Order: sequence, then structure tokens, then C-alpha cells
Amino acid sequence: MNAPVLSPKLYDCRDAFAETLERLASENDTVVAVCNDSVGSSKLGNFKTKFPERLINVGIAEQNMVGVGAGLANGGRLPFVCGAAPFLTGRALEQIKADISYSNANVKLVGISSGMAYGELGPTHHSIEDFAWMRVLPNLPVIAPCDRIETAAAVEWAAHYAGPCFLRLSRVGVPDLLPEGHQYVLGKANMLRDGADVTLIANGTLTHRMMKAADILGGLGISARVLNMATVRPIDEEAIITAAKETGAIVTAEEHSVFGGLGSAVAEVVVDHAPVPMKRLGVPGIFAPTGSAEFLLDEFGMSPAAIAEAAQALIRRK
Amino acid sequence: MQPKELELIARQVRLRDLQAVYEAGAGHIGGEMSVIDLLTALYFRTLRVWPDQPKHPDRDRFVLSKGHTACALYVVLAKRGFFPEEEVATFLKPHSRLNGHPNCNKVPGVETNTGPLGHGLPVAVGMAKAAKLSGASYHTYVITGDGEMQEGSNWEAIMAAAQFGLDNLTLIIDHNRFQQGAALSDTNNIAPLRPKLEAFGWDVSEINGNAMAEVVPALEHRGSKPHCIVAHTNKGHGISFMQDTVDWHHKVPNKQQYEIAVKELSEAL
Repeated sequence: MNAPVLSPKLYDCRDAFAETLERLASENDTVVAVCNDSVGSSKLGNFKTKFPERLINVGIAEQNMVGVGAGLANGGRLPFVCGAAPFLTGRALEQIKADISYSNANVKLVGISSGMAYGELGPTHHSIEDFAWMRVLPNLPVIAPCDRIETAAAVEWAAHYAGPCFLRLSRVGVPDLLPEGHQYVLGKANMLRDGADVTLIANGTLTHRMMKAADILGGLGISARVLNMATVRPIDEEAIITAAKETGAIVTAEEHSVFGGLGSAVAEVVVDHAPVPMKRLGVPGIFAPTGSAEFLLDEFGMSPAAIAEAAQALIRRK
Repeated sequence: MQPKELELIARQVRLRDLQAVYEAGAGHIGGEMSVIDLLTALYFRTLRVWPDQPKHPDRDRFVLSKGHTACALYVVLAKRGFFPEEEVATFLKPHSRLNGHPNCNKVPGVETNTGPLGHGLPVAVGMAKAAKLSGASYHTYVITGDGEMQEGSNWEAIMAAAQFGLDNLTLIIDHNRFQQGAALSDTNNIAPLRPKLEAFGWDVSEINGNAMAEVVPALEHRGSKPHCIVAHTNKGHGISFMQDTVDWHHKVPNKQQYEIAVKELSEAL
């Protein structure tokens, strides 16, 4: 596969989410949006204008928001429960466990501004624990799209999937990576670039950084495979095992703690099925200092250059 | 079904619940005895349900938010025909679908999984809101414990229900005045409940929740606001030595106590 040339233009994936949700709502009158005062930050303003009765704002009350979502699903509605990821997943974790996951309620949880999207607002507003919290829950696919195209595809998929899921979105701009018309398939990674020496695995806001790192490595004569792993659970074991066997080294990067997230999920598969050297990049188990999301990703060793360096160091361990 | 007949059924439910808890060696018998009259009135008179079609879209919704009293719900559901009455004997046994807290994916008639407190009312608000959106005519009922009302999530839901104008929602608080380890008044005394609910924009009725003649009309009340029934009940109701003591939250009777309790409940039949 030839490496795609990244577009310079960056897109806020929340727009793709909102546009897709509005279209789904126009096609299906059971679609409702539930939010916790977060109409603006969830980009639900147009939805509210078009479908005022179907925008259910519970106020600043995340536990109730998730429970209401479960009840709406029981009553035959198709709820997208939207809120800032740290508060949706953290404040309402037990509701997500009991009312959504354990009850297997057909509720789509949408974590907005995940990772360190709120940057300078600080660690209370960072959501770098949500992969870990969400992916241990049964019945709950965990999905972090890498661009506006995959975001739209994942929202479309979620509306037709008979069960709950967690969509992890950011507000940090990302370039287009997947082709127009791309369809999301649960638990299937996308190989954005083939390579033989090392595999770079990421999702969300890190996939395009991995692509840039692969470019740097290519300039050094190192052939890097890039897997976009939007689905953290159920994870694409086959793609991981194949990558381990064919490239012999795996680097993961994520806008999340290195504990319990994508890197951990990949490592679990590697350890069980195809042990190879790995490097897991992410937030190193600390509360982040002040800075924008982009600054913090660089600070934590996830600039394209730093990722490329980590890959080179890993290859030396093969 | 008239109150007199409902009282008879409630006594039968109490006896079966007592036996199930005794045989299983575990359960939450005190809160089961307090809530059984409410459950009996709901399932044998008030609720529009079809046991052979437990997912019928027009069914009234009922949520037992105080999920630890699941055994009482199982006895009532079985008696009402949702599953075979013999199955109650499997309560808490390995791989039984009758867990210590009700599971909606296994037990016909259960709407949502409860157990952690403060979950049922928000879900019930969502159910009632769904009916407002779709135009469905079903009514939603939810029972919480009084101690459970200490959970903040309930008050989030109470505010939302008033804001959404959910006149199709009835909250019944099983006000037995005891929580697990102490009296409500010695723990976090949220009584009196009526003024709090009224201040939050609800209609409130106060009844004796162990008196069928008061339970039945209260459940059938309809107004323009969400409705709360503060059901004054007795923990351990119907069994003399259990009644109104904190000891019987989840204690299991020994053989002698069991025999006394069976005798008392049987005499009442």
C-alpha cells in the first residue's frame, strides 16, 4: 500500500459527529440526543434547532444522564448520550456499568473532548483513563476514530448496531486519513501503510502522528507499518498477531495513560500470542502539566520525531 | 382484584419469600417484608403487563430500584406467570438466573439491572420520557428504599422528572425507617420526605404502605406532575420478631425462628 499524502487541512471530528447524527435523526425519528448542559461543546446546536423535542438536556447531572439514556432505550428510543468524556465516563462510571453494560441497554455513549483535548484546563478535565475504565466492561465496544471520515462512519455504524458502545471523540484537529466512503467495521484495524521492520499502532488523534513518524522512518530506510486501531475493544487480534509476526516490533501511541489503554490492550494480545519487543507511548502515569493537547503529546514523547526515535530504539532490541 | 384478595396474595408471597431466604441461607428479608404489599398491588392489580409477552411495547414499566429485595420480586413475578413458580427454589443457587439482584437479560419481567442504589429512578425517568416522545400510553413505576434516597443521583432524577413534566411517572418510596446498619434517623435523616419532593415540583401522597386499601388508590392517582408515594411501611412486616428492628436487614432466620415465622404468616392466611 502506498503511503497516502496527508492533507494539510485539519478537521474537528465533532462536526462530522454532529452532521451524521442530524442526518440519522432526520431518517429515524427514534434517534434522540441526551446531554448534560453540553449542547455547545457536543456541537448539538443544530440538532436542537432541527429536533427540539429530541434534544434531552438533563442539566449538569451525568449520573442521571446515563440512567435516563438507559430508560429511553427501554422505551424504544435510540439515544446518543453525549458529554465531556472525563465527566461522562468518570462521574457516571457505575451507571455505565450497571445501567448500560450489564443491562446491555442500546445506548450510544459519546465522550466528547477526550484525552487531553481540554489541555490547559488541567487534569480534572483530561480524560486519559477512559479506555481503561470502558474496555473492562462487557457488551461495550470502545471506539476512537482517527479522522472526520471514520467518525462519521462510526456514528453511522453505532446507530445500526443493536447494543451499547462508547465513542471517544476529540476536538483537536486531525487531517483526513481514511478514504471518503470508508465504512467502519467493528473490531477491524485499518492498515494505512504497509511495512516490514516495525508496526506503529494508534487511534484517535495519534494515528496521523504515526503516519508522519512512518514518513521519517522511511527517510531513514526503515519500513514501518501503520495500523489505525479505532476499536480498542473488541481489539483486532488477527491484525496484531500478523503485525508481530511479520514486523517483529510494535510501537503504540495514545492520548491516554500508558496504563490500561490501547497499548495495554495490544500488549495483552502480543503476550498471549506472539511475543515481540513493544514500546507503549502515552501519558506516563502522571497528571499532566499545563499545556495544550498538542504540546502535551509532544511533551510525552509523541511528536512524530520522538515516535520515530522510539521505533528505532525498539528495532535495535529485535 | 380487590384489596382483600390482594392481602391474601401478599401473605402467600411473604410465606414463599421467607421460605426462599431460609433455604438459600441469604437474602434481604426485612426490606422484602416491607415492600411486598406494594409489589403485590402493582403486579396483581395496577400494572398493565402481559406475562407471556414481557417485552410488549405497551406494557407498564416497573423498576425495583431497591434491587437487594429481588427475592420478593421473583416470588411475585413467578406467581403472576412470568416464569415457573418452582424456579423460585433456585434462588441464589449456582447458575440460577435468580441472582441476589435482578437481571433484565435473564429474568422475564425485569426491566433494568439494579443493585447499586440510586440507579432505578434515573432509568425510570428515561422510560417515562420515552413515552412522552413516542406518545406511548404506558405508565412507569419505580420503588426505592428510604435509605436509598440518600444517593444524590435520585435527586438529579427528581429534578429532571419535574422539568420534563412527567405526569406518567410514579415513585414509591418504601419508607421503613431502617437502612442496613441503623435507623434512617440515626444515619442521614432525610425524613420528612413529603416537603422535599413537593419543593422539587412533585405531587406527594403519604400512605400506610402495608395497608392494601391505601396502596391501591395511591398507585392509581393521576395528576399533572410526577407523583411520589411516601409509603410508610414496617421493615419485617408480618413477622413479629422481625418487625421494626434494624437486625433483620439481611439476617437469615434459624430453624426455630423460621418455624415461628411460618406459623405467624400461615395463621394470617
